[in-house]
Amino acid sequence: MKTIDLAKQTVRDLNQALHDQAAACTETEWEVLNPKGQHNLAVGLDQKLKVDIKGHAGYYCGGMNKEADIVVHGSAGQGVAENMMSGSVRVKGNASSSAGATSIGGLLVIEGDAGSRCGISMKGSDIVVTGNVGHMSCFMGQAGTLVVCGDAGDALGDSLYEVHIYVKGEVKSLGADCIAKEMRDEHIQELSHLLKRAGVDEDPHAFKRYGSARQLYNFKVDNASAY
Amino acid sequence: MCGIVGLYLKNDKYQSRLGELFSPMMIAMTERGPDSAGFAIYGDAVDSGIKFTLRHEDENYDWEKLAKDIEEALVTKVDWFKNSKVAIFKVKTDADFVENYLHENHPDVLIMSAGTSIEILKEVGLPERIVNMFNLDKMQGTHIIGHTRMATESAVTMAGSHPFSTGMDLCLVHNGSLSNHNRMRQELKRNGIHFDTENDTEVAAGFLTYRLQQGDSLHQALEHALKELDGFYTFTIGTKDGFAVVRDPIACKPAVIAETDDYVAMASEYQALTTLPGIENAKVWEPEPSTIYAWERGSN
Repeated sequence: MKTIDLAKQTVRDLNQALHDQAAACTETEWEVLNPKGQHNLAVGLDQKLKVDIKGHAGYYCGGMNKEADIVVHGSAGQGVAENMMSGSVRVKGNASSSAGATSIGGLLVIEGDAGSRCGISMKGSDIVVTGNVGHMSCFMGQAGTLVVCGDAGDALGDSLYEVHIYVKGEVKSLGADCIAKEMRDEHIQELSHLLKRAGVDEDPHAFKRYGSARQLYNFKVDNASAY
Repeated sequence: MCGIVGLYLKNDKYQSRLGELFSPMMIAMTERGPDSAGFAIYGDAVDSGIKFTLRHEDENYDWEKLAKDIEEALVTKVDWFKNSKVAIFKVKTDADFVENYLHENHPDVLIMSAGTSIEILKEVGLPERIVNMFNLDKMQGTHIIGHTRMATESAVTMAGSHPFSTGMDLCLVHNGSLSNHNRMRQELKRNGIHFDTENDTEVAAGFLTYRLQQGDSLHQALEHALKELDGFYTFTIGTKDGFAVVRDPIACKPAVIAETDDYVAMASEYQALTTLPGIENAKVWEPEPSTIYAWERGSN
């Protein structure tokens, strides 16, 4: 295992060392000490690495991740795992706003609460939040799955496309064009599978499903004159 | 960008350690604001009269002479002590007398704050330097609000540094920018509020001062602020006995609050809260948009 101590080295050193593994992988296990909330930790990885960040991360931790499995042993700032392509990011504490923003693939697990706009414009990733999510979560979410084991804030799934949203607790309010939907067997299966992948012990039958009413994003011929 | 931090003690358990607990919070916000830093601390309240934080550019300024001048001119008693480029003056007379006297006779002396409890200390430079310069570690009090600035709208100067105070014991720090501050400054000036800078944050502080003068509670003043102020903001506000956090209706400027039985703490980022005692078991949340979070001594 390779250790990078951010009390002695810079974030740029860290990211360069991790990027160097893309061409020829010589070390798969990495440990990052003294992150002290610095921004852009372990961003743009492109290799099957295991990265343990021992402390709190600032903004955009694990952004654009491909393949790597990143664990933040603390809380993460805004935009954790933003634009993730594949691999996984796990936050042991809370995550601030815009967690998993525009993420295209991979798995994001937040063991605490997530702030506002969790999964904003997500495009295919799976996000599992053990606690609550803040307002405007999954705003304009296009594809993927958002699982919330706690409560969701105001305007959940506003202007939603095709993300599957599962919430166990209360939803303060639904956003425009987001509605509660029937939980069919295929959804129980999808959710069971995802909870298992995330290592979260919850009964899938306790969740409700929300999705798009598909009234906002479908073109209607009656509106043709408006264009 | 800018970083804001605040710590409000709900009881006397940590009052003797307020500065010591707050220093690492300020320093943790260095990356968000390396240009200047400042804090407003509430403590060491005077029973009668007024406490001023005064500043002079000359570190060797003769504060003793100024104290004597004020005593003679205003026939009053002045207690004072120096801390770096500022001095705390405790004067047994009305604030207006002292302010007018200083404006007319000592225009080179800046009034940073006035009130019974507040002291505002701010300078250009890295937060760590400012914390050490003023010996924040040794300070005691009931609550404290700090700001680390990354200058965007106006120059890196002491005058453009936060916190801003425009009324007795009131201070405000701000992360964000206001879009209707020019018009509002004009309106507030017509209503007798005095401004020292062209800074947008000072207008927000002035607005709250005006509303409080109209008889609003802190909560009511902030309700008006939510209606009248246009822009992006996370505000943290201190009054003699109160502490409040409010975010604009979009809430894109970061904020996190932690509360225990002993304190309420806020910061732009969670990392600034990690050194607080008992933070592991604190209730931690991100304040919601257009929602006023206020604590006042005696009410909780």
